[in-house]
This record gives sequence, structure tokens and C-alpha cells, in this order.
Amino acid sequence: MATTNTKDQNAAIGLEGGTLIATSRRARLAEFWYYFRQNRGAVIGLAVFVIIVAIAVLAPLIAPHGPSLQNRGAFLLPPVWEDGGRWEFVLGTDAVGRDILSRLIYGARFSLFIGVVVVSLAVTVGIFVGLMAGYFRGAVDTAVMRMMDIILAFPSLLLALVLVAILGPGLTNAMIAIALVQQPHYVRLTRAAVMAEKGRDYVTAARVAGAGNLRLMFKTILPNCTAPLIVQAALSFSTAILDAAALGFLGMGAQPPTPEWGTMLAEAREFILRAWWVVTFPGIAILVTVLAINLMGDGLRDALDPKLKRS
Amino acid sequence: MFRFFLRRLAVLIPTFIGVSIIAFAFIRILPGDPVMLMSGERVMSPERHQELTHLLGFDRPLWIQYVDYLGGVVTGDFGNSIVTKRPVLNDFLTLFPATLELSICAIIIAILIGVPLGILAAVKRGSWLDQSVMGFALVGYSMPIFWWGLLLIIFFSGVLQWTPVSGRISLLYYFPPVTGFMLIDSLLSGQEGAFTSAVSHLVLPTVVLATIPLAVIARQTRSAMLEVLGEDYVRTARAKGLPPRRVIGLHALRNALIPVITTIGLQVGVLLAGAILTETIFSWPGIGKWMVDSVFKRDYTVVQGGLLLIAGIIMIVNLIVDMLYGLVNPRIRH
Repeated sequence: MATTNTKDQNAAIGLEGGTLIATSRRARLAEFWYYFRQNRGAVIGLAVFVIIVAIAVLAPLIAPHGPSLQNRGAFLLPPVWEDGGRWEFVLGTDAVGRDILSRLIYGARFSLFIGVVVVSLAVTVGIFVGLMAGYFRGAVDTAVMRMMDIILAFPSLLLALVLVAILGPGLTNAMIAIALVQQPHYVRLTRAAVMAEKGRDYVTAARVAGAGNLRLMFKTILPNCTAPLIVQAALSFSTAILDAAALGFLGMGAQPPTPEWGTMLAEAREFILRAWWVVTFPGIAILVTVLAINLMGDGLRDALDPKLKRS
Repeated sequence: MFRFFLRRLAVLIPTFIGVSIIAFAFIRILPGDPVMLMSGERVMSPERHQELTHLLGFDRPLWIQYVDYLGGVVTGDFGNSIVTKRPVLNDFLTLFPATLELSICAIIIAILIGVPLGILAAVKRGSWLDQSVMGFALVGYSMPIFWWGLLLIIFFSGVLQWTPVSGRISLLYYFPPVTGFMLIDSLLSGQEGAFTSAVSHLVLPTVVLATIPLAVIARQTRSAMLEVLGEDYVRTARAKGLPPRRVIGLHALRNALIPVITTIGLQVGVLLAGAILTETIFSWPGIGKWMVDSVFKRDYTVVQGGLLLIAGIIMIVNLIVDMLYGLVNPRIRH
């Protein structure tokens, strides 16, 4: 009888603890949303981003044509509002008769995919290395930071370009190269945050309670270092899209006929003085996507930075 | 100050050695046979291959090859281009003034427009002016500049026919380079219309290259200015009854400019990366286009030497910025 009681009590406490955590998490989320909402640009950015994600997900359903379908007899057709435009091809067609709107819709998939892969790669490696450097200091730290200084000494696009040239042109290698040139930023941020947190009382308390190095690093310290990392992730998501498009434009990223926006621009270059639309629309797509993400990034920074909240 | 300089230099040297190791390693991890690449001979007997391997020094241990390369670099020998057979350093020195001219013009434009816009936005915080300046800055910051360049070509070269599409000066003019800066050389040549032609070639690339630094400088100036305007000494200056122009121009701006100087210094990397795209679009014969062309031609000695030279320039500029920063802000020297 007595045992059951204890169990019940434990269960009750456990349940309460669970609810408490859930409420505090919800409260924090509500607080975050409150500050995020203050920034009108950030909300617009978020809305546009959600629309782009929806377009990317629903591409096969909403695109009027296939991205690689070449329509004979419809080469370099202008957009519908120009003379000679057809409703069939709202934003016109390119030099081999592919519908530009459909290619842009499918292109959204590539850009978001690039952003997600690059940021995940750079964040994972960067946080791990930064944690190591900030936690263990000493020789590991010096070696890691010198290595990061070396990577940062090169202009990032140039280093990515040369890396892709070595690895071989293509989307996968472009993503690896961009992730590699981006991860020093995460290493530095994580290291700085870890160094600031490491001396705090709660870390010492956890250590006294017998937590090992791994637990201290990943469970105790890391969750308290996330705010600057989230902001950096948003910013590097947009940089990744821009850099991948730039590599595509230079012919070193995604290869034709992939409907990647930068690659589309590269293919369109020779027609710039004859058919403005093949150049204009892919660029607008890149600009709008990057702008939306940067707007969101600004809002995230305002909402997550406690210094700005008070002012 | 001198000790501060030495300390910075002490960090710089190992970084430069690391950079040189990376540049050196690139050519070794490439797919393909470096001997074949370097010699340019396609079909060769094993004896000839061995002979060339020995001649080019590839049969020596890697670290000896590296020390040899580094020794060359220190004395200014970056090897010869695989394609043109000319010394890499010569090509770099011929092309660098074009990039330098473009970068200097771009950063001047970015500062001349970005700093006043940032100040205005901060002083009129929350107004429509502030919002539109920050809006433009965000668009500039998010701009894919390779597309921006193409748009400008469509409009100004295509529709309006105001500016040429590519190059540094019209083919009508020829004069030997004196300074390497087309604006100065065209004036020195005394040929009528040469300077105008050089300017019209320079305008669009400059605008494209200045876009991102301008946006960054405007944003940074605004936030630095906002921070300073909230300080006590600014309030004191206002309370003394100084005219707003003096408070902002003298008391606030001088302190706000400290972080802005750093930002401007950091733009050098942005400019050189931007030069890769800008020069490719406008066929501007500088080191950005040179690097891209060499990557495509697999001219690896040029890529290797170019990487090293560009990284070296960025590191030296960063050192200078650090020194300037130490000069205007004595606190960080310690």
C-alpha cells in the first residue's frame, strides 16, 4: 500500500514537473513571438518565406509545365503582358522554349534545399569544433582558432570557387564548399559563448554533481549558447543561397539543365540585350527569397538579444 | 603602439604560413597528374615522365617541395603560369591596378553615400527617411550582385545606350600604362575623350561593386550613431546649448566612426570577393576575372599564387585597420 502511494506521489510530481516545463517553454515561445511580432519587417519576411516553402513543396501541383519541358515553337516568348506573350507561359520562355515560371517554381526547391543542407552541415561541424575549443582551451583551442583564421583569410566566394574546382563542379560539391567556408563563423560564436558560460555557477554545480565532460558540454552549456547561433543560422541561410547562386552563375554550381536560379541566370546571360525576361525573373526570385530570410533574421536577433529587448 | 603592432604581426605570420600550406596543398590533392598538367605534354613515355618528374622536382619529399615553394614566394617567385608560361607575379602586378582602381572607386562611393545616410537615419530615427534608408540597405545587403550587374547592363547599356558593356576603355584609345589606373593614365595621355570613355566604362562596375559595402556601412553607421547619441557626453553637449549640427558632427560622429572604420576595413574581403563576380560580368581585366579564368583553364600555379597573394593583401589590410583602430581607440591596445 505504502509503495503504491509513493509511486503515485512520484507520478504526480513527475506530471507536475512535466507541465511546468511545458508551460515555461510555451511562455518563452510566447515571449519570443511577442518580440518577433514587434518587428513588422520580420513578420512580412516570415510570411513570404512560408509562401516560398509552400511553393517549393507544392511545385509539381502548381507549376503549369515541367521544369525541363522544351516547347517547340515557343522560343524566347516574352511575358504575357508584352506583345507576343501567351497566357500559356505567363513569365515567358527561355531560349529552348522552357516555361520560366515553372522553372522558377521548381528552383525554389533547390534554393531551400541548399540553405538547409549548408546550414545543417556548417552548424553541426561548427558547434562541435567550437565547443571543443571553448571547453578544453589550451592547445586544441589554439590549433582550431589558427585554422579558422586561415580559412577566414580568403574571400569566402573565392575559396568556395577553388574548392569546387578541385572537388568537381556540381551542386553537392558547391554545398560542401560553402558549408566549409561558413563554419568558422559558428566555431567562433560557439567558442565565445561557451567561454562565457563555462565559469558560471550552474556549470560548476553540475560538475560537482558529477556530470562528465560530454554531459557538461552538450546538455549543460550548449542549450544556453543557442541565441547567437540561431541568428547566425538565419543569416548564413541567405548567404548560402546567394553563394550557391553565384557559383551556379559562374558555372561551378548546379549544372544545366537544373532549374537552379543562379544556373538559370548563367544560361540567360547571352540573351540579356534581346530578352530581358530570361535574366530578370530568376534574379527577382533570388532577391525576394534572400530578402525575406534577412528580414526574418533581423527580427530573430531583436527577439533573442536580451540587450535590445530592454531598450 | 609598436608592441601592439608586433603582437599582431606575431599572429599574422603563422596564419600566412597556414594559408601558404593550404594553397600548396590544393595543387597536390587535385585529380590528375601534376607532371602532365605542368608540362603540357599529353603523350609521353615512362622515361620522359620520370625525367620531367625529376626536372619539376616532384620526386622530392613533399615538405622539401613546400619549403622550396615558400622560399620562392618569399623572394617573389610564385612560379610560372601553366597556360601562358609567364611568371604569376608579373601577371598579378599587371592586372591588380585594374581591380584596385575599381575597388577604390567602389569603397569611396560606398563611404560617401553610406556614412551620411546612416547618420541621417540615426538622427531621424523612426521617421520615413530612416525606414526607407534601412529598407534600401537591406535590399542592397540581400542583392545578388551578379544579377544586379546584368540588370544595369540591360537598362543603361541596352535601353538607354549610355554606357559600354565591357572593358576599361574604348578601343579607339591607346596609350602605354603609366600608373595602371585608367582614370589617371587617360588624363596623362592628353587624348581627347579618353577620360570620358574611361569614366563611362567604370561607372556600372563601380555601382555594382559598391552595393553591398554601401548597405553594410549605412547600417553600421546608423547603429553606431544611435549608440553614441544615447551617451551622457552627448546629452551634456546638448544641455550646454550647442547647436545640433555641432553635437552630431563633432561630439557624436567622432566616436561613432570608430566601429565604422573597422567595418570599412572588413569590406576589403567583400570587395575582392565581389570583384570575382563584377569583373566576370563586365569583362573587367582585373585579378577577379583572372582567378575565375584560371580556375576554368585549370591553371593551378596561377590559382595557387593568386590565392596566396589575395589572402596576403587581405591580411595586410586587416593589420592596417587594426593599427588604425588602435590609434583612434587607445583602450584596445592593452
